[in-house]
Amino acid sequence: MSSTPFYTPPRWSATFDPHSVAEIHRAAQTGIYDIRGAGAKRRVPHFDDLLFLGASISRYPLEGYREKCGTDVVLGTRFAKKPIQLKIPVTIAGMSFGALSGNAKEALGHGATQMGTSTTTGDGGMTPEERISSKTLVYQLLPSRYGMNPDDLRKADAIEVVVGQGAKPGGGGMLLGQKITERVAKMRTLPVGIDQRSACRHPDWTGPDDLTIKIQELREITDWEKPIYIKVGATRPYFDTALAVKSGADVVVLDGMQGGTAATQDVFIEHVGLPILAAIRPAVQALQDLDMHRKVQLIVSGGIRNGADVAKALALGADAVAIGTAALIALGDNDPHWEEDYKKLGTTAGCYDDWHEGRDPAGITTQDPELAKRLDPVKAGKRLANFLAVLTMETQIIARACGKSHVHNLEPDDLVALTVEAAAMAGVPLAGTNWIPGKSGM
Amino acid sequence: MNVIDLAKTPLREVNSRLQKLPKDTNERLWKLVNVHGEHACAVGLNQPIEVQIEGHIGYYCGGMNQEATIVVNGQCGVGLAENIMSGEVRVKGNASAAAGATGQGGLIVIEGDAGTRCGISMKGVDIVVGGSVGAMSAFMAQAGSLVVCGDAGANLGDSLYEARIYVQGKVESLGADCVEKKMTPHHVAKLEKLLQRAGINADAKNFKRYGSARKLYNFHVDNVDAY
Repeated sequence: MSSTPFYTPPRWSATFDPHSVAEIHRAAQTGIYDIRGAGAKRRVPHFDDLLFLGASISRYPLEGYREKCGTDVVLGTRFAKKPIQLKIPVTIAGMSFGALSGNAKEALGHGATQMGTSTTTGDGGMTPEERISSKTLVYQLLPSRYGMNPDDLRKADAIEVVVGQGAKPGGGGMLLGQKITERVAKMRTLPVGIDQRSACRHPDWTGPDDLTIKIQELREITDWEKPIYIKVGATRPYFDTALAVKSGADVVVLDGMQGGTAATQDVFIEHVGLPILAAIRPAVQALQDLDMHRKVQLIVSGGIRNGADVAKALALGADAVAIGTAALIALGDNDPHWEEDYKKLGTTAGCYDDWHEGRDPAGITTQDPELAKRLDPVKAGKRLANFLAVLTMETQIIARACGKSHVHNLEPDDLVALTVEAAAMAGVPLAGTNWIPGKSGM
Repeated sequence: MNVIDLAKTPLREVNSRLQKLPKDTNERLWKLVNVHGEHACAVGLNQPIEVQIEGHIGYYCGGMNQEATIVVNGQCGVGLAENIMSGEVRVKGNASAAAGATGQGGLIVIEGDAGTRCGISMKGVDIVVGGSVGAMSAFMAQAGSLVVCGDAGANLGDSLYEARIYVQGKVESLGADCVEKKMTPHHVAKLEKLLQRAGINADAKNFKRYGSARKLYNFHVDNVDAY
């Protein structure tokens, strides 16, 4: 028998893992919760848990690089006189001037416009720069109504009534004082340097019956021209979608918990709301039950990273997706080029999520003029356009492999799930079986 | 005067017609009759015209008004003149909840009472209420003045920013960070002017002034008990 003493390597608890221990220490030292952006960071069931089956003897594929696979989307066909026509099924989600620098907003406009898609304002109103740089601009009507005015409402191409967002359904927001420059403060009619609370409830309507009338008012003010979207955080997607339709929406926007540009408490981000994978099928079911699928369009968001995610969202029944975090990364957020600066902030490229603090080394989530100068809106816009082009091509590649001449022809039958959970949430069979949990078959 | 009968003309046509009047129009006086509680009536007006509404009206009457003068000879539903930018909206009767919500400018006069959340998130509008206002009025109010000639319900001015509140009667309770402030001659003079502009007969010296203590402007963990 060897005389060498046994060595038991340190073992982390699965419950009190390194992150949990560090968080307890941090909370004990500071007495305050952690606030951050970037959406849910823990693993939740996601599009990675789905696979496309592709063509086989029973399915006939389309020729890559040769045969047409359409990507255009029309949004707002239900009531609006002027529906929105997009060339690709990927839109840019709402992010405010205030949270983002003016250059970043402009860059989003350039990139989206180059690819024939839309951008969206955010809390804080519409800036002239983003209106000019965005061919198609969606104007958000948020609970705070910062900067809201009928002139901008009429300049918009569509109106999005924001009920909630995936990062914090049921929560409002706070733009910290250090990001409240004179211009941001003026747009929001508040003093410079104070924390600006974004309300969690709309001030003049409280339920779906009121919302119906609110939408009527918006349509009356804009001569029934603009598509009206309703954006909800993914919580009760079946009922919220049904109520949005009942309220008169042209488009429903459904944002999953991975949606992340809005900074809020870490505990809120990680523990409230649904992953987008779990939300799409109930929303589509609601539309189908009301005979409104494809008549009221569905945009989904929260964790879209690549063309496979886009294709899977469309196959589950969405008409388009929206990207926020991925768009910021495409502009240059979390770029290793700024690693030294990230280190000074106690983080590393790829993990930086204190977007609310206004010290973004990439010059995107800041109002500091020196940092903001780091982002060239034209070059950053080109990067976003490139990214959008790749998303679109990847989506087409998958659609052609499934034999579809338009990305909207993707369907649940093209998908299987790698996990029981994903199969149940997406309503597609577990791979290698014909079993959909909760439905018949084995 | 142009008279439009809403029993014969669809609301959509009425709003569109009023919104599309040219800047130099001579048709400056309009009367809407048989309105029967229509919602979103006379919204998005953007010319210095006068619109008289005969009868009770529904939600969001005069919403996002710019420059026009709207007079309602009746009672109003929720969200009267929400997000008004300029001009004047006057109600001869009472107004329901959220009157003047998020209003950015102009003047709202409610000669009767207003419901809950009057002046919620107001951003520069002046609101003068001849009677009383309900609970949570001027909640998160940012700028402008709310004048209440009667009483104010619970939690007046909760989470107030820079808006000014004047109340002549009793205040059931003040909301978080809202405090009574000294009524200086400067404030009396400003209030007198506003009452005169609103055509409301009241003595400015009888009012108390309320504003923000500004203690909650920047989040601090020591203040959590205040929320």
